[in-house]
This record gives sequence, structure tokens and C-alpha cells, in this order.
Amino acid sequence: MATVGEKPFTVTDDGEVAQTTDEPQRKRMALVASKGGLDEVYPILIMASTAAALDWEVGIFCTFYGLDMVNTKRMHDLKVSPLGNAAAPPPLKGKEMGVPNIISMLPGMTTVATKMMRGWMEDSKIPDFDSMMEMCLDGDVEFYACATTMGVMNVKQEDIMPQATCLGAAAFLDFASEADLALFI
Amino acid sequence: MAIASDELLDCTGLLCPIPVVKTSKAIKQIEVGQVLEMIADDPGAPPDMVAWAKQTGHELIEQSADDGIFRFWFRRTK
Repeated sequence: MATVGEKPFTVTDDGEVAQTTDEPQRKRMALVASKGGLDEVYPILIMASTAAALDWEVGIFCTFYGLDMVNTKRMHDLKVSPLGNAAAPPPLKGKEMGVPNIISMLPGMTTVATKMMRGWMEDSKIPDFDSMMEMCLDGDVEFYACATTMGVMNVKQEDIMPQATCLGAAAFLDFASEADLALFI
Repeated sequence: MAIASDELLDCTGLLCPIPVVKTSKAIKQIEVGQVLEMIADDPGAPPDMVAWAKQTGHELIEQSADDGIFRFWFRRTK
């Protein structure tokens, strides 16, 4: 059985288990990623890569649509829907006019909105999804694929990126119970 | 203000989280006791880099702001 995020320990001469003290305890952040839109996974990857840069231990539980970010069949093609998003910025810079929902609902508008968001990210030199993911993995961020979601959405183990571990809620909560910070996104 | 640095990291034009991530990588490339100078123009950089130093324990020796350009000098402590 897999155990996750085990903190270092030593066994003393009289057989007692003690936390090692020569290395200061790292802070731990537990994130639940429940959404799979491109605009919804960016905050997760930004928080995670930053926390890793602060030398924190980070674990992300990817559940429901959040599973898409570790699903190799979908992770490279995450999208933004323009529909029903009251906060969507106007497509033309400097113009105040937004896009009415009746236009946003037309076929192809999700592709347009996704391309637009990718363009903004590129203009601001924010790395694309793949590079952000690489940055997180580089910083030893752990990704946990929700086993129930895999069952419900019929996602196979071989579809999950090899760096991610398949877990249930109990194992993740065990990891999260020792977190200094837990966020649900 | 001139502080001798062993390494220079230019993060101008880059937004959060890249300056923090790059600084975190760069500090591991220098020896303990050496100084890393970082330049950024992200307005979020000053509070972010103070927090980064606080969280990682590396010493923020000095910082400056001049016409939207922020400079930071960090000493690797461990």
C-alpha cells in the first residue's frame, strides 16, 4: 500500500520512533484541484510552483474535473469557456464592449476564448500549461489522481501521467491533516 | 549602491511566479555564503522576494527600487 508524504523519522536506541530534528520541518501545503478549465488550473500551478520555490512540500489532489490536469489524454488541451463568464475581459484591448452570451454560445467560441487566453499568457511571458506543470514537477510537487473520479469518468491508470499517484480521499486527508495550509480550488 | 555579487539573475519582464522560481533555482547554484543579485520589474516582486527570503531562510542583504526596477541581494545561508 502506498503511503504519501511521509515525514522523516529515526528510531532511537530504545526503539522509540522520533522525528528527525537535524533538518527543519518543511511547511506543507495540500491543494484540492476540482476544476479543469485552463483558467482554473493556472492558479493551482502558480500556487504550487511558488510554494515549491519557498521550499514547501506540496501535494495536489486532482478530483472531478481537476483530474484533467494529470490525464495525458486531456491535459495538453485544456480550454476556457467564454459562456456565462461575467468577468470575461473584452476581447479587444482598450475597448469596453464584452461579448454577449448569445455570441459566446456559438460553435467554436470556446476555441476562440482558449486561443485568446493562451495569447495573453504568452504576451505576459507566463509559461504555458506544459511548462508550468514541468516547473511543479521540478519542484517535487506531488500530484494525486482521485481514484473515485477515475472510476466515475472511466479514466484508466495508463491515461494518468506517470508522475501522479492514484489515491482515495482517506489517503489524501491523511496527508492534508499534517498540512500547514490547505486550499480547495 | 554597489554590493559585490557572485551571480546575477535578470528577471525583468517576468511575472509571478517565475522570478521566485528562478531565484529559488539560482540560489542552489551558488555556494553557501555567496551572494545572488536579482533584478525584476514585476511590481509584485518586492513583497514576494521578502516573503521568499523569510520562508526559505536565505538572507535578503539589501534591496533597491529605481524607476520601476527592483534589485535584490540574497546570501545563500544553507
